[in-house]
Amino acid sequence: MKKVLIIGATSAIAEETARLFAQRLASLYLVARNERRVAAIASDLGIRGATQVAYETLDVNDFASHAAMLDRATEALGKLDVVLIAHGTLDNQRACEESVDLTMRALSTNALSVIALCTQIAPRLSAQGSGTLAVISSVAGDRGKRSNYVYGSAKALVSTYLSGLRQRLYSAGVQVLTIKPGLVDTPMTASFPKGPLWSTPRRVAAGILRAIDKKRDVAYLPRAWGPAMWFIRLIPEKVFKRLEL
Amino acid sequence: MPQGQTRLVRSWGNVARGEHSVYSLGSRFDEFPRLPAQTSILPFGNGRSYGDSCLNVGGALLDMRSLDRFIQFDARHGTLRCEAGVQLGEILRIVAPAGWLPCVLPGTQYVTVGGAIANDVHGKNHHRAGSFGCHVTQFELLRSNGERLLCSPQMNPDWFAATIGGLGLTGVVTWAELQLTRVSGPWMSVESVRCRDLSELLEMSRAASQEHAYTVAWVDCAARRKRIGRGILQWADSADEVGETPPADRWCRLAVPFTPPISLLNSATMHVFNALHYRRHGGRVRSMQHYRQFFFPLDGIRHWNRLYGPRGFYQYQCVVPADGADASIRRLLRAIAASSEDSCLAVLKYFGDSVSPGLLSFPRCGVTLALDFPNRGARLESLFARLDAIVADAGGCLYPAKDARMPPSLFRAGFPQCETFSRFIDARCSSSFWRRVMAEA
Repeated sequence: MKKVLIIGATSAIAEETARLFAQRLASLYLVARNERRVAAIASDLGIRGATQVAYETLDVNDFASHAAMLDRATEALGKLDVVLIAHGTLDNQRACEESVDLTMRALSTNALSVIALCTQIAPRLSAQGSGTLAVISSVAGDRGKRSNYVYGSAKALVSTYLSGLRQRLYSAGVQVLTIKPGLVDTPMTASFPKGPLWSTPRRVAAGILRAIDKKRDVAYLPRAWGPAMWFIRLIPEKVFKRLEL
Repeated sequence: MPQGQTRLVRSWGNVARGEHSVYSLGSRFDEFPRLPAQTSILPFGNGRSYGDSCLNVGGALLDMRSLDRFIQFDARHGTLRCEAGVQLGEILRIVAPAGWLPCVLPGTQYVTVGGAIANDVHGKNHHRAGSFGCHVTQFELLRSNGERLLCSPQMNPDWFAATIGGLGLTGVVTWAELQLTRVSGPWMSVESVRCRDLSELLEMSRAASQEHAYTVAWVDCAARRKRIGRGILQWADSADEVGETPPADRWCRLAVPFTPPISLLNSATMHVFNALHYRRHGGRVRSMQHYRQFFFPLDGIRHWNRLYGPRGFYQYQCVVPADGADASIRRLLRAIAASSEDSCLAVLKYFGDSVSPGLLSFPRCGVTLALDFPNRGARLESLFARLDAIVADAGGCLYPAKDARMPPSLFRAGFPQCETFSRFIDARCSSSFWRRVMAEA
């Protein structure tokens, strides 16, 4: 039975992933900002089959509190088989363009806090000599575009950081998984397929578990985003700057 | 999720559809969504209602499927508390291994708890167990003024009665608690017999309802003259024995991948299907079935509604009072036989005399008949008008969850409590169905 730590446990993708772990009778430690919501998710996971569920609240931007949280999680779980970092905010790009403060906050929540966490998680997994560090980045990090480049550049920082960390932890036997979801929607219109680039939190979650099981490095979800982003990265900047994307 | 996006949403019958702005709740603790002035909203579960009772065309829908958390499961006493967007199939996955089932299961597992309450759904055991609402012990109702009402037969009983069968119009059910029923295992002992004509079918249905927990009859709608009403009656009870391992994984893999340009269910295919289904069945067949196969035979083919093509289909489900039911059912089947319209699937069942708890509940003592028809426009509507007259004459009514066309007069006659009910409608809630049936004649 896997011991799983999830940071940002109230996000839709994290919650669906946690359910799949619960079905596999995993033990879970959930970390989120809103206590009432994370408590509700914890009871749900217990009923869905999780062997053990504990939770705590955390403001990810309070970097100083990370170490104590990781200590408590490791103590509750015994060891860390999987750490999933799933928190993030999709801030309004326009508002960010007009506010240094908002932009810095978006970068802190989506990138710096993730790197602060990874910095402290890496030696723990390395010492264990096993485990998976899975982080939700985004296809938006593969190339900046006007509609969300603040968010995108934060995700680019995360993806690049993870690429280096993966090399570092490879010899220690630790899997570092970069998850890049594309367009995620509610299931309401699921009966009308919107094309291969759309998905639901539930299907993304299933993809995350597959990627962990198969020891993958980078997972585009749905998969069609892999070739799509490869193509988009090929477009020369001269052309790209004129595009309405 | 972004709030208020415009989407085309249709119901299961594919006849009723339209643009809606779609809202959702992140958790059951969230407030009632903020709407633009003059915009009405309707909670939307899994969209398995056949007609327009789950739609609010031109207004807003509140997608309830994000509220799908379990809150508490007491495996000793068989009570389950969960959010309203949890689907019955999900509940089964949790409670069945512990030896419990929901007391009432409709024909599909893909309905939410909130939807089952809002339509006060029924199952093959209505004659014993009553409707779904009979086993709801309490729920929370979130009103647009921010009030949260805890409703049960004891607390706020008037709101409890209005919300069960209340078509989502009284506010948002955020969570509910259900009483479950003990079963010895997942297996059902099922028996079915062929009945030559309507008299035999009704006679045997009545007898089977006395003795068995579950009964339902399939009627061969293609039969004519003396054979009218022939069909296959099925009854079942929870079994102590163990059957073969269920094809749990393969099951539900079949799907209709896209909507064919024309209905594949038409007069010719359905005559062949009905005749084959009737003839292939021996005189009497006994089998062990897994509860999923027994309760949800149609769930075996995902998106089966697409078989009816882009124009969709109607289901006509009525109930006629027990007194004089045989004669009314005979008149209904004769009217269909006399028309050029063919029903592709007809199901008949005796309802017991338990009183449904909702002001607008459909199940009531009598016989219910459900008929699926491919949408063929005006010709079909003229048959429906003849059927309406027979139902009204018998003092019966139509099932709102299946309806996309009943006239206001038939609704008012069948649901005399609708005026009382309308006092409980939330100021911000409305639906296409409600506007239609309450329109001034």
